[in-house]
Amino acid sequence: MSAVLDNRLKDKAAALANAPRKATNTLEPAWVRYALIAVALVFLTLFLFVPLVAVFTEALKKGWDTYKEAVIDPDALSAIRLTFIAAGIAVPLNLVFGVAAAWTIAKFDFPGKSILLSLIDLPFSVSPVIAGLIYVLLFGSQGWFGPWLMDHDIKILFAVPGIVLATIFVTFPFVARELIPLMQAQGSEEEEAALVLGASGWKTFFKVTLPNIKWGLLYGVILCNARAMGEFGAVSVVSGHIRGETNTMPLQVEILYNEYNFTAAFAIASLLALLALVTLAVKTFIEWRMHQAQKASVQHHTTEH
Amino acid sequence: MTTLLSRNSANRVIPGFGLSLGFTIFYLALLVLIPLSAIFLKTFTMSWDAFVSAVTSPRVMASYRLSFGAALIGAAINVVFGGIVAWVLVRYQFPGKRFVDALVDLPFALPTAVAGITLTSLYSSNGWIGKHLEPLGIKVAFTPLGVVIALTFIGLPFVVRTVQPVLEDAERELEEAAASLGASPWQTFTRVILPSVVPALLTGFALAFARATGEYGSVIFIAGNMPMISEITPLFIITKLEQYDYTGATAIAVVMLLVSFLLLLAINLLQAWARKRAGK
Repeated sequence: MSAVLDNRLKDKAAALANAPRKATNTLEPAWVRYALIAVALVFLTLFLFVPLVAVFTEALKKGWDTYKEAVIDPDALSAIRLTFIAAGIAVPLNLVFGVAAAWTIAKFDFPGKSILLSLIDLPFSVSPVIAGLIYVLLFGSQGWFGPWLMDHDIKILFAVPGIVLATIFVTFPFVARELIPLMQAQGSEEEEAALVLGASGWKTFFKVTLPNIKWGLLYGVILCNARAMGEFGAVSVVSGHIRGETNTMPLQVEILYNEYNFTAAFAIASLLALLALVTLAVKTFIEWRMHQAQKASVQHHTTEH
Repeated sequence: MTTLLSRNSANRVIPGFGLSLGFTIFYLALLVLIPLSAIFLKTFTMSWDAFVSAVTSPRVMASYRLSFGAALIGAAINVVFGGIVAWVLVRYQFPGKRFVDALVDLPFALPTAVAGITLTSLYSSNGWIGKHLEPLGIKVAFTPLGVVIALTFIGLPFVVRTVQPVLEDAERELEEAAASLGASPWQTFTRVILPSVVPALLTGFALAFARATGEYGSVIFIAGNMPMISEITPLFIITKLEQYDYTGATAIAVVMLLVSFLLLLAINLLQAWARKRAGK
């Protein structure tokens, strides 16, 4: 998924940067054009816009007060807290991993590099339910480490650590997937210059590499965060669904919905939908920034020569 | 020669190879490879006959048919409409285009549980869309058709986002040349444009299909989850887990994982083919 996104980001930036041709003289007749636009808009309205509007309408159906009550309910607040805890641990860990993996793959050549790349992508092709199942097999009472954990009174499954682990697994490739193509495209010349001039490795990373990759990094982080906060399947398997303790926001939505408490379910869902909208807005902003940067560097190069 | 030099010096000058490679492999092994291997090792504790009967029981077979069938239909719908959306976004100007372009990624950003309950409320018999379909005799919520709707939603961005960059890069000159040589717009479309986007369309199709086969959150609310009729394979794994049949759940998971790996391989081959076609 992210591979698609970052390819698109790169291609889009490149296409926008070196193609000022905005030729609107299309070959097809006008009625074909309007018909295609109409088909596309009807399809997107039906599948994207109507559901988006429906979330907020359903949430506010019984008025603002009911909405507020549903959101400040103690179980809802505890679900919100747990969601932030899980994302707060998973995203930074995957961020550090993403930077380390991108540094390894973009700056060095070594045997087995393409295998490493495919392995990093692996969690994207695993069903969320299976992502949860693997932790049940490891830490469940019949699992590999189950008996040992029981003896030492450590709870991983049906507790917060299990939720964090499942979240890390499903969001594993996001940051790495954004950074690897970006750092590969940027090359190592600037770092080499800094190092030759006597900067230390860490200083080179923080002063040279990090400023160069900051937008790509942020892009990966917001996508990673959106998935971390919204993950349902994997977390559902390992959570145990204990109200007020091991329910994240998406799980709380499910419980309320299954109790026919639709307004409250949609109230929590509307918070997650807001998160999705913010994610899309930030993402669009970053794409615009990267396109600006690319355009600037293209102009810079053309004036140079 | 310069590339040779800089590559050599890069390997000498840039520090941190051992640290970053070591950390990458450690983290990958600890959080992904070892846990995933548990699935396969657990399966090896089963006899072959037990494995076969666990993964071919009538109820599992019905769930495969639904999961893979609905994923196929959803991905096919997305190829047609996603292709049109990509075309319209690249080639035409209309008010609100940037908003529409950003909205395409909504299924990536919206948590699946939210998508699930929303689609269910829209398509149930008193929902905004469902109440118009009900008089026509079309039931969507709590039927296999609901599964198709949810999987279409989930796969929507994949085709658009793989086709869009290809269309942006497409050389308009070729189309103009075809037209000036007397080709009709339809001929230009089928002979010039379509061949150049077919690899991207197929890649998008495979990505949407792969995502849809494993999808859980957005489907379970709208599906109705009736065994043999509207029960998807991931849900059946959960049912097995709730019955404490860990080996049975794991056996089905292995089948799904193998299908995912095959799809991943197919996608990689398709992308390599697409790159070759694009001459990159």
